[in-house]
Amino acid sequence: MSQAKPLGGTIFTPFFIAMMVVFAIGMYFLGVRFMNGIGAVANINGGYPWGIWVVYDVVIGTALACGGYALAITIYLFNKGQYHPLMRAALLASLLGYALGGVGAFIDMGRYWQFYHLMMPKHMNFNSVMLEVGLCVATYILVLIIEFAPAFLERIGAKGLLKALDKVLFLFIAIGILLPTMHQSSLGSFLVAMGYKISPLWQSLYMQPVLALLTALCMGFSIVIFEASMSKAAFDLDDETHLLSKIGKIIVGLLTAYLVVRFGEIIVHGKFGLIFTSGKNSVLFILETALFVIPLVILTSEKKRNNPSTLLWAAVSMLFAGSLYRFNAFLLTYNPGPGYSYFPSVGEIMVTLGIIAFEVMTYIVLVKTLPVLHKPKHA
Amino acid sequence: MKGDFETLEKRLGVSRRDFLKYCTGIAASLGLSTSDAIAMAEAVAKPKKRPVVIWLHGQECTGPTESLLRSEHPTLDRLILEMVSLEYHQTLDSGAGHKVEHMKELSMKENAGKYLLVVEGAIPTKDGGVYCKIAGTTMLDHTIEAAEHAAAIIAFGSCASWGGVQSASPNPTGAQGAQSVLPGKTVVNIPGCPPNPYNFLATVMHFLTFGTLPELDNQNRPKFAYGRLIHENCERRPHFDAGRFAKEFGDEGHKKGYCLYKLGCKGPETHANCPAVEFNDIGGGTWPIGVGHPCFGCAEEGVGFTKPLFSLADVKTHTPPNQFPTIEQREETSGMTAGAAAVGGAAIGAIVGAAAVASKKLGSSESSDSQE
Amino acid sequence: MMDRRSFLKTATLGTAAACVSTVAEARPNLEPSPEAVGMLYDSTLCVGCKACVSACKETNSMDPVIHGGNFQYDSAMDLSSDTLNVIKVYSNGTAEVKDSETDGFAFEKRSCMHCVDPGCVSVCPVTAMRKDPLTGIVTHHADACIGCRTCMGGCPYNVPQFEYDEAFGRIQKCQMCNQEGVERISKGGMTACAEVCPTGATLFGPRTQLLEEAKRRMTLKEGDTYNYPRGDISKPDSYHEKDLEANYHNHVWGEKEAGGTNVMHISAIPFDKLGMPPLEDRSYASMSETLQHTLYKGMALPAVALAGLTYMVKRNKDKDGEE
Repeated sequence: MSQAKPLGGTIFTPFFIAMMVVFAIGMYFLGVRFMNGIGAVANINGGYPWGIWVVYDVVIGTALACGGYALAITIYLFNKGQYHPLMRAALLASLLGYALGGVGAFIDMGRYWQFYHLMMPKHMNFNSVMLEVGLCVATYILVLIIEFAPAFLERIGAKGLLKALDKVLFLFIAIGILLPTMHQSSLGSFLVAMGYKISPLWQSLYMQPVLALLTALCMGFSIVIFEASMSKAAFDLDDETHLLSKIGKIIVGLLTAYLVVRFGEIIVHGKFGLIFTSGKNSVLFILETALFVIPLVILTSEKKRNNPSTLLWAAVSMLFAGSLYRFNAFLLTYNPGPGYSYFPSVGEIMVTLGIIAFEVMTYIVLVKTLPVLHKPKHA
Repeated sequence: MKGDFETLEKRLGVSRRDFLKYCTGIAASLGLSTSDAIAMAEAVAKPKKRPVVIWLHGQECTGPTESLLRSEHPTLDRLILEMVSLEYHQTLDSGAGHKVEHMKELSMKENAGKYLLVVEGAIPTKDGGVYCKIAGTTMLDHTIEAAEHAAAIIAFGSCASWGGVQSASPNPTGAQGAQSVLPGKTVVNIPGCPPNPYNFLATVMHFLTFGTLPELDNQNRPKFAYGRLIHENCERRPHFDAGRFAKEFGDEGHKKGYCLYKLGCKGPETHANCPAVEFNDIGGGTWPIGVGHPCFGCAEEGVGFTKPLFSLADVKTHTPPNQFPTIEQREETSGMTAGAAAVGGAAIGAIVGAAAVASKKLGSSESSDSQE
Repeated sequence: MMDRRSFLKTATLGTAAACVSTVAEARPNLEPSPEAVGMLYDSTLCVGCKACVSACKETNSMDPVIHGGNFQYDSAMDLSSDTLNVIKVYSNGTAEVKDSETDGFAFEKRSCMHCVDPGCVSVCPVTAMRKDPLTGIVTHHADACIGCRTCMGGCPYNVPQFEYDEAFGRIQKCQMCNQEGVERISKGGMTACAEVCPTGATLFGPRTQLLEEAKRRMTLKEGDTYNYPRGDISKPDSYHEKDLEANYHNHVWGEKEAGGTNVMHISAIPFDKLGMPPLEDRSYASMSETLQHTLYKGMALPAVALAGLTYMVKRNKDKDGEE
């Protein structure tokens, strides 16, 4: 049984109210989108069918929500039970990230009133990556709810139900590891069908799922570090640096594997020269690679790994690296042909920020009211 | 047949050759074949009995009659007078007063169900129609009475078709076209201000020859004359397609004969055959647009006398201009705006800032931890 | 108990097995249907009259695209949810000579290419994009569509277009005048654009005959006189004789590109100048499907993975509980 406790305290802090304002602005633009169509808010066009609502909210948002997935692998596959104290917070962040990714997908869906066609066998196209991602993400949200349910059940004191759930939870944990493996890799497979529109530096065809999965795992572990560090700073919690620095070690391994595959693919396909001759894309590639290398350098050093401050910076750099990798592939270097361009509109960004604000607000409310985090011993 | 034409030559004072040419011309404007032109010629040359015509005048300027009188085919007026028996017409009747009115009543009774009724001018309906009276009776009553036993009814001119200038807002007399005061009757509308006389003549000839009215559109206008927009046959259309416009009267584009659309030409929303038939039989582009004035839309209800003269017309038939997008040109693509860049930058900055604050706090707590 | 090493070993083996089966079961490009219908657009014959653009709008009841104050025109600049067919121009330098790459100009038609192995059909999650197995016509079915717009990304030609300005928009694309309610092809007719084309620059017909015709034209030399058919190549309305003013660029676009297309283009200047994308012979659909089917064939790999995962989680969790 976990020793997590609700943090308690006031909910409506000035920060929380600021988040509410951002959320309200986002909702206004969302209203416009549903009244007057996507084009009334978003800048997506004939050449760029996907803007930040897909690329940030879904592709990056769910990768950032891989904390639960990454920890589940560590705890249940590699049998590292000591990470348990981090699990609930990670699961909550995953649940919020995925749920809002789902909301983002729904908002962006042009014919959202027919979304259930994804679940109707007569409509399904099994060749489609989108079908697999859609179904996987929808199922995974349900699995995450079940996995997080104990926190809620503990709060209301439903002991019987808690016990019953604990008996079958292993099955959901297993599914909860399989599903992200499938759809996080498939988010990379999307790029295969887009062919030449993806810049050669990011179009690795059959390596796409591998790269997507490795970066998603790196981001998942990094978000655990990020979240724990931020929570610790915000709520003055127990020091968990010893756990986090070990996670940093896992990231080193994954990151090394990623960089080997990434550069291996580029070198094998004779694209190495493009790194320096692609103009704007070269700059983005080098910036992205630098962001990947920074955490590698920090985390390889044991001293830096054990310093909570540099550890946090390594995680932040990793999160930006994974996000930029996705932004680069899907948007910044995406080239559907001459004459097309895309940059999100203010309204479009505000909707995304509104969703993030909602995520942050829900996280704050839930950690204050449900047993998620570990309270300081001396409190 | 040859004999018929010889007597006709005497009767009408036209040569047989000119007469057949005239009939072929009328048939052509109706879109009929040469054999129909011969049938038409025969119908005129050998009338079974000249059909009686009753011609009423309401609120108007006598434009349609004047226009008809100016049709310049040889001795057209005589042709009409010989072809039909015009038994009542306030402008052309030599008699006047009660005697003429009496003759009209007699004729209508005698030819009940066989005469052709032509209405010219609008019919005021407000206050019982008192704003237009002939021989003590309102135009409204005259029209209803004459329509009762008419074989066919033709509303000649925009006033009779849908009210014309009298019906312009605020329409103080409640002026209406013949059609709207004769519910249940088929009224052939030949709008225009003035209307083209050949559209009238062709309709009458069709009725004389085949005993039926020509094919009508949903506003009861003969399709042969009003089936197309002026825009579709306009001689200045290539300038429209190429985007060459006169922007004000007398400017360079106007002198060069460019399209008058931007001067308010209503050709794109007015149905009439003006560009094909023109006016006054002198050729050389003698019609409003031909002489450099935008079409006023006189023949189209809801356009002429309704829309301001120089306001831009609604284009009913959209076609691409004679310009081409380049390979690189796209519809609505979006660039970066300062606002969006600022909001996006602020969001990223907030995350980095939060991390920096947290990092500082973690660093200090660690040092304080180690001090403890 | 499985330790990390043996887990990694198993995982590596599994990945290797997946890679082997990739090679073994690669899904090749789809082949053109022998009865496929299509169109041949000959840029050298196009005079830029845009009769096809007007006819297309009329047949598909689409609104004009208005730019700025030019509301007297339909001034569509590119394909959009209101434009399924548009004539664009390449121009260079003084743009005086037709069909010349330097100091010349050339027309190019943009409309759905009706791919033999269409990306839009492959990526659509709910089968809203369908390819007729007989005619090869690619149609869209809004009643199934969820509006995810993956088809737009999956189309090498950016053809499907979403009605962004509608609260309840839909995807629009050329359906070769054979969508429900129009069905010109099913009724034995031809596309509206081919029917109105005054020069036969847009020629309708069976793909095989059009390809033969295109290759015949490739053999012509500048100055040769050729009798060009109009309308439907299998039963032309009429012919017109024309002297070749420029040599054809020896390339039939759509014979092989990304598996080939049913709408093919020929021209006197290279296709990259006319905005055609950099495609190779292998279709992206075939690559994407090869990957998906390797990983998810019969859901075997995921099922095995789930069994393994369940076993390990159960064991580690129980052990964890004992702790």
